[in-house]
Formats: sequence, structure tokens, C-alpha cells
Amino acid sequence: MAKLTFVGGIHPYDGKELSKDKPIKAVLPKGDLVYPLSQHIGAPAKPVVAKGDHVLTGQLIAEAGGFVSAPIYASVSGTVKAIEPRRVVTGDNVMSIVIENDGLYEEVEYETPKPLEELSKEEIIEKVKKAGVVGMGGAGFPTFIKLSPKEPEKIEYCIANCAECEPYLTSDYRRMMEEPQKLIDGLKVMLALFDRATGILAVEDNKPDCIKLLKDLTKDEPRIFVKALKTKYPQGAERQLIYATTGRAINSSMLPADAGCIVDNVDTVVAINAAVRENRPLMHRIVTVTGDAIADPRNFIVRIGTNYAELIDEAGGFKEQPEKIISGGPMMGFGIFDVNVPTTKTASALLCLTHDDVSAMQPTACINCGMCVEVCPGRVVPKKLADYAENYNEEAFVANNGMECCECGCCSFICPAKRPLTQLIKSARKMQLAKKKK
Amino acid sequence: MSDLMKVSSNPHIRSKLTTNTIMAAVIIALLPATGFGIYNFGIPALILILVTVASTVLTEFLYEKLMKKPVTIGDFSAVVTGLLLALNLPSGAPWWIGVIGGVFAILIVKMLFGGLGQNFMNPALGARCFLMLSFTSIMTNFDCDAYTGATPLALVKAGEPVDIFNMVIGKTAGTIGETSMIAIVIGACFLILLGIIDLRIPGSYILTFVIFICIFGGHGIDPAYISAQLAGGGLMLGAFFMATDYVTRPITKNGQILFGIFLGIMTGIFRLFGPGAEGVSYSIILGNLLVPLMEKITLPKPFGKGGEKR
Repeated sequence: MAKLTFVGGIHPYDGKELSKDKPIKAVLPKGDLVYPLSQHIGAPAKPVVAKGDHVLTGQLIAEAGGFVSAPIYASVSGTVKAIEPRRVVTGDNVMSIVIENDGLYEEVEYETPKPLEELSKEEIIEKVKKAGVVGMGGAGFPTFIKLSPKEPEKIEYCIANCAECEPYLTSDYRRMMEEPQKLIDGLKVMLALFDRATGILAVEDNKPDCIKLLKDLTKDEPRIFVKALKTKYPQGAERQLIYATTGRAINSSMLPADAGCIVDNVDTVVAINAAVRENRPLMHRIVTVTGDAIADPRNFIVRIGTNYAELIDEAGGFKEQPEKIISGGPMMGFGIFDVNVPTTKTASALLCLTHDDVSAMQPTACINCGMCVEVCPGRVVPKKLADYAENYNEEAFVANNGMECCECGCCSFICPAKRPLTQLIKSARKMQLAKKKK
Repeated sequence: MSDLMKVSSNPHIRSKLTTNTIMAAVIIALLPATGFGIYNFGIPALILILVTVASTVLTEFLYEKLMKKPVTIGDFSAVVTGLLLALNLPSGAPWWIGVIGGVFAILIVKMLFGGLGQNFMNPALGARCFLMLSFTSIMTNFDCDAYTGATPLALVKAGEPVDIFNMVIGKTAGTIGETSMIAIVIGACFLILLGIIDLRIPGSYILTFVIFICIFGGHGIDPAYISAQLAGGGLMLGAFFMATDYVTRPITKNGQILFGIFLGIMTGIFRLFGPGAEGVSYSIILGNLLVPLMEKITLPKPFGKGGEKR
């Protein structure tokens, strides 16, 4: 069978061997836990606790601040120390709830879960909403909204995004190898919402053991299929994933639901499972701590709110002084200047590199080689768009399909002149989007 | 610790490929043709090549020093220009032809338009056409120690018999680098395998040209005539090394095919109906001028365009 893939894309060094063979390790936080009220797309959450309150693990500390928003739960027991602005990975100061951990991990009593078959669709969506589940791949879009499209009867595919195409990241891989049943059960919850839908576990073919395991476990599931995708970045980008698995192409103004698809990544599907089958809110996530500067790169199951610096200590600290630290993967992550920031629902990795490609290579003149066009999965002309962006030629930027860029970073990666194409295009897109909002 | 971290907007990794490696690969790919040219035409060819390359590199260096701009000769693009220009000169041309050509290529065609990446015309071909018009008798005199008389392409045009085997090997009269089809194709294969060029332009160019001469050449589908037309003159060198020049070809995929088709038709017209036997250089230069237009009409359809929102 031909490999499932898309046109364009790149093959960067994937660095996954650093952390992929070590089991996930649980870490207990040592210092205070910080919960930024805005760790999802949409309105910030509203605190429901006050300074000095005692909270339990799993207790609601902030409720959804609007329709597009998500509640936040305490991941430890302790005392609310402050509600104040704290620095987050992006470098912004965001209003946050700070909890002093009492080290007892007293947990609230969760309602006894009902079997999936006895829940109505509305109840399932309500549980996902209440648990504060958001897209944990990085976007942080509230999952209950994704799960309630306008025409649910038209959804034909529920895709679990297990591609993990971002270099260095192995958290999804470890989760699939260690707790595959939770993923499959989570996908079944999604399928319970959409009667006509087929479930797809879409895995890149650089994880053959994972594909085999999932195939074995789903061989008696009539509605779930494992699909092997060609290993190529950005295979896990939503639009490329939908195209590779279903042959349907959506543009920037469409949602996956417009093509009859619902896409969620591994950690999100597992969180859906916990929310619906165990009534447990979103409090944990898996974070890959890796990079050539880290002594013992591996994956951790982390209580959300834990300080990044503690994770670095857990991973043996630095064996070499890092030059660059990235929250997330090298293609889509944020470069951070301070590791003293909290993990959030969308924090997938902490990557510490001893060598920074970007500052080592100076941009030179564009030679019009067209490699950016070859690799662009959005099929735009990055070179032209970057020129328009640089000259603030907004009209030409839009006319040349600048808004169709998905900011995957392939053009910047491949450019032999080392021009910051993605970065230029991204800033022009931001300006356009900001204008639209006005 | 925080003051030691480097930050930048994503992506944070870059491929190893640089402009220098691309240019170096093109130079390596030109070595078979260069080597064969020296073997075929002897020491005068070697001297002309060295003089031309030296003059292009030196022109770029002096211009940038004079204009107080960063010196960019380290990217090897001037070497590529010089080498390509030299391969397009007859081996019997005097050394100063190489110098004038080199200065014209770099100063007029490249640097005055903004340097690397900004020129709208292939510098080597621009210089060649300038020399052809200014020093026609020198540029069209292919007599040398090894060969006298007309080039095989001129013989083909005159309807006289040619030795196709020698034309494919390259043992004929012509410019230094254009005679050996085999040497050029070996170099081109190297670039294709490295992914530096692809077959869109050379393929559509050569295919269109063959179809054109089959229809209008007056010989029908005659393999001997077609191979003589393909192996003769600068078609191979032009199709694989000059038409594929990044800066002066369309950046869009369909634009490249359109560009190749245009070159094929123009070369056919020049060769069959023009006064001279050759037309590759002029075709490519004309094509270069139409690149912005071709890019505009072949702007790719973005991914998922035309999809329906529900």
C-alpha cells in the first residue's frame, strides 16, 4: 500500500532516540505550583478561590471565563498563596493562581463514574467541558467545542493524532507504548458521540512497534483503524494529517469538522478518557525533557503547574551548558530565556540544546532556489510572501495567499540562504488577523 | 542563567544546506564539461577559463570594496558565473574577451541590479550575448588547432552530414564547454541526484524543442536529425545549467514547466528560422525577461483552496 502522506515537508534530524526508550517517570513537585489563568485559547479562566484558601488535589480553582474557555483544577493539595501575574513560557506575565504544596496530595472524592453506554452524548460533552480538557498538542483549544460541531451527524472520522512529527518529542510515543488502552478507550468515547464516524489512530511509520501494538489491541474493534503515515514533518499538522488519512483538503478558513473530521492528539484523547470514564479533571500531562544538554533525557508525568526548573533537575540537570532552551519542539516551540516558568496544559516538552542553529547562521541574499516552494505543505510561495511581509506590502501578501500559511516552519528550515521566512510571514499574518478582529 | 539563553522565534533548527554548498555543487557538476573542453581544445581553453573566472571574481570583489559593501565572493556564485561564461566562449577567443565578458556579467548584469539574487538575467548569458553582438567575428570563429570549419550545428542547418557519435562524445568544434553532451549530462545527473536541480525545466525544454523540430524541421521524426539537433550547439549546457539558474527562472513549479516550454519553442524558432544556427542563449535571455509574468500566472493554488465551509 502506498504510504499515506502529503506534498511537501521536510526531514529534520529527529533526536527521538535520546528519550524514546526510557519509561515515563512520575515527578512530585517540590516548590509552589503556578496555574496561569490563560493556558488555553479563549477567555482566561476566573478564579473561584481566594488567597489563604485550602485546596485539595482535583479541586476546581478557576472556572471557565466564557464560552470559549476552560476551567482549571489544582493538581496538588495545599494553600492558595497568591493570585498574581507570573511569567509564562511565552515571556508574558499572566495572572496566575499560586498554590503552596502541602505535600499530602489529599484528593477530592470524584463521583462514581457511570459506564459509557449509560451516558448521553450531552453528558459526555459536559464531562469533557467540566474537566477542563483542551488541545494538549500545543494549541489549547477547548476540546468540548471541537466535540460539539454544528452537524455531528456529518462527522465521518475521529482521528487520534499520534503522528508526533515534531523532532525530539517522544511523549506521545511513550504514552502509546505504556498506556495504549487509555488512548483506545478515549477514542471510543469520541466515537460514542458520532454514530457515523470511524476512529483512526494515525501513527508515523518511524514507530513500527507502536503501530503493531495498536493494531493488535484494536483488531477486534470494528470502528477503529490504525493507519501508518510516512514519517515527514509536518505530518501531524492538522490539515496535513486529515489529508494523509482521508484525502480531504481543508484550507485556513475551514475547520476539520467541515471535512467531516475531528482531530485530537494522544494526550488529549487520554484526558477525554479520564474525564468521561473516571470523572477526573485534567491535572497531569506528559512532558519530554530532552536535548543534548540534558544529562538524562526522558519523559515525565507532571502535575500541571510544576516549575520547569524542577523537571530539569529531575532529568539530571545539565551535562553541558545549554545555549538555547525551547518549550515544545524545535519546529513549533518557544525559545525561553528563563526556565523558572510553570508547565501548563499545552507544555509538551522542554528541549535544551547546546548549539543554536539560528544564531550560528547569518541570513544572506535569497537566491530564488525555490526550495521553500518545494517543501511548503500549504502550497504557497514563502519567498514572495516573506518579501511582501518585509516591505509591509499587505495587499500583495493577502493576494498571494499569505493567510494560507500554517506556520509549520519548513521554509525557514530548508532555506539555504538561512532567511527567516516563517518568522516574517508569521508576523505579517498576525498583523492581518489583528486587523480582522478590529 | 537567564542572560545566557538565546531566544528567537521558531523554528529553531536549520538544514545544513547553504548557498555555498549549492554553488560548490554546481561547480563540481560543471567539471566534467570543463575537463572535456580542456582535453578537446588544449591549453588555450584552460587559460581562457582561468582568466574569465578570475575576472568575474575580481570584479565582484573590487565592486564591493569600492562600494563599501560586505564582500560576498565566498559564496562562489561569481565562480559559477565565470565558469559558465568561459564554457560559452570559443577556445580561440583572445584572453581579453574573457575579461570584458566577466566584467560585463558581474558589473552590469549582476551587481548594478543589486547583486546575488537580484539580477533578472543570467549574468553569463547576458555577457555572452553582449560579446556576440559586439565581437561577432571572434565569437563565431570556432577555428582552433583541433578543428577548422563550421560547427556541426551549422552543418546540420546547411543540410550536410555530421558524425553524431563524435557530437555526443564532444569531439567537434564549438564553444569550450558545450560540445560534449555526455560530460554535461553526467554533471547534470549529479545535480539532480543531490536535488539541486530537477527535470522540470530541462525536461519540458528539451521535449518541447524535439516536438517543435519534428513538426517544423522538415525532417519529420528522423532520429539522426533529432540527435544532431540535441547534441549540437549549446542546448544541453543551456537546458541543464543556464535555464535552471535559480535567480532567473520562475520559482513556481508550473511556472518552471511553462518556462521550459517557452524556451523549447524559442530555441526551435531561432535554430530553424533564424539567420544563425544557434539560439539557446537568446531564448534563455528572452525567457528570463518573462519570468515575473510567468510566476504571476502560475501562482500555485494553496492547499485546500476551494473547499466548502459547512
